Amino acid sequence: MSAEGKHQPRYMAVFGGLAVLTAIEVAVAFMGFERRVTVILLLGFAIWKALLVALYFMHLKWESRSLKILAVAPFFPAAIMVIVVMMEKF
Amino acid sequence: MSGHAVDVGSSRFEPSTFQVNDKKLGMWVFLASEVMFFTGLIGSYIILRWGAASPWPMPGEVLNVPITAGNTFILICSSVTMVKAFAAIEEGDQKMLRIWLLATAFIGACFVGVQIYEYTELIHHGFLPSSGLYGSAFFTMTGFHGLHVTIGVLCILWVAMKSFRGSYSQADHQGVEVIGLYWHFVDLVWIILFTIVYLI
Repeated sequence: MSAEGKHQPRYMAVFGGLAVLTAIEVAVAFMGFERRVTVILLLGFAIWKALLVALYFMHLKWESRSLKILAVAPFFPAAIMVIVVMMEKF
Repeated sequence: MSGHAVDVGSSRFEPSTFQVNDKKLGMWVFLASEVMFFTGLIGSYIILRWGAASPWPMPGEVLNVPITAGNTFILICSSVTMVKAFAAIEEGDQKMLRIWLLATAFIGACFVGVQIYEYTELIHHGFLPSSGLYGSAFFTMTGFHGLHVTIGVLCILWVAMKSFRGSYSQADHQGVEVIGLYWHFVDLVWIILFTIVYLI
């Protein structure tokens, strides 16, 4: 971001998006959908919100490819760790 | 972004592969380690819940969802004020930088205040870290996050103090950008925690 200060995202639009998604999330949690549907919807909304914060507030959208890879990299070993431990259950 | 060495303020190192200055790269590497830390916590929670012998409490059964939803909104607001502080100094606006930084620290402190209130209420109702797997997982995850917010508030106050001394300029404001990254990350972690701990 520092190299190109002209990328001024519409922060208030992102803020509105986050607020609305949070309200929808709380509503979905208590709407009494089938458990599996609720979990998938909520995780989807949470990832959507996390992406909004990372891409716009943290300006990841305008960073170099290498920095994007650095930001995403830790999720892979983390996912492997969780999946491997969960496999014990099966 | 097409970063060049000349654009990155007072950085003493040539930005290379990552095309960012050294402080910012350092923060991103730290945040990568933080992702591992919180994934360890969240992963343990998922595994404990997945394998729990007794039924796990449903959303709202033990925890106060409306208050925490409000607190989530508060933290999102503080991310907006933080990004406004950054936008202000990018325009060279010292006054708005100070105002937005102080606003961020204040709103962040409010988040911690609400969390302390929540803890007090829960403990008052007999829900403790020793109340089984759920209790220990809940207090460990939200407690570590609360600690991160508290440290963030202190760091933002430090940056705000420096801003009053005129340490940042339109050309050099890495300090504001780096604390901003940390703050948004803490917000991002809360977004995930709120969903996983309170709503699912």
